[in-house]
Amino acid sequence: MSGVEVRRKDVQEVTVVYLKGYLDAHTAPEFEKVLQELVDQDRVNIVVNLAELTYISSAGLGVFMGFIEDIRKKGGDIKIAEMADKVFRVFDLLGFPVLYEIFKDESEAIGKYR
Amino acid sequence: MARKIENYRLRIPSQTANLQVIRNFVSDVAKSVGFENQDIGKIELAVDEACTNVIEHAYHQDQKQDIDVAVKIDYDKFTVVITDHGKGFKPEDVDIPDMNRYLAELRVGGLGIYLMKHLMDEVEYNTRPGRSNQVRMVKYLLHKDKKKKQSA
Repeated sequence: MSGVEVRRKDVQEVTVVYLKGYLDAHTAPEFEKVLQELVDQDRVNIVVNLAELTYISSAGLGVFMGFIEDIRKKGGDIKIAEMADKVFRVFDLLGFPVLYEIFKDESEAIGKYR
Repeated sequence: MARKIENYRLRIPSQTANLQVIRNFVSDVAKSVGFENQDIGKIELAVDEACTNVIEHAYHQDQKQDIDVAVKIDYDKFTVVITDHGKGFKPEDVDIPDMNRYLAELRVGGLGIYLMKHLMDEVEYNTRPGRSNQVRMVKYLLHKDKKKKQSA
């Protein structure tokens, strides 16, 4: 394992991306690859489940920022679910909750697309 | 309880794969002197950001170079000094983003120094052209009883 495991699950028109491990300058490209794949496939209703993400640095946050414009232009969004407090504190410090909707439960986030 | 004076050092190749080792190194020291989890998280993130900058901007991904991470415990003062021998920069030339504008304009990157300044109590750069570059960051260990008094 390279430090992060990225898994995706398609739930009808929504895709849930699960991140397990840590997201730093070393592992961010793994996440980037999956988001690029989703954009290329026009699967832009995305929920990122961060229940098993233990750490994020600005390199990881940069992936969220790098895709949001394209995804929203295509009519989609990135919603975040089940974020641990430690990861939330970094998002919050930078004001990211203004840009990204954050949900306690994955099902709630998926429901937002329906 | 913070110890008197102790020094810890790590020299490691400038590779992103080593960021986790660097984070573990500083976290372990911070934990051993009594920092709480939230502050340990701040220290490891600030150090990660500083080292990521070294890997990408000072050494331009040259993996044969080394990064030196030194931690000094001086009673309640936790100092970490990160040294490289790559390309230096003038801290005053680095644009520190205004986060409202940053988010409104959906910008990418350039958050490392912003984070370091907000996570640590002191951040200072020392660039010696052709010799070495150092970033020195300090976090103070506040004991629970002091914290209570401060917030009272």
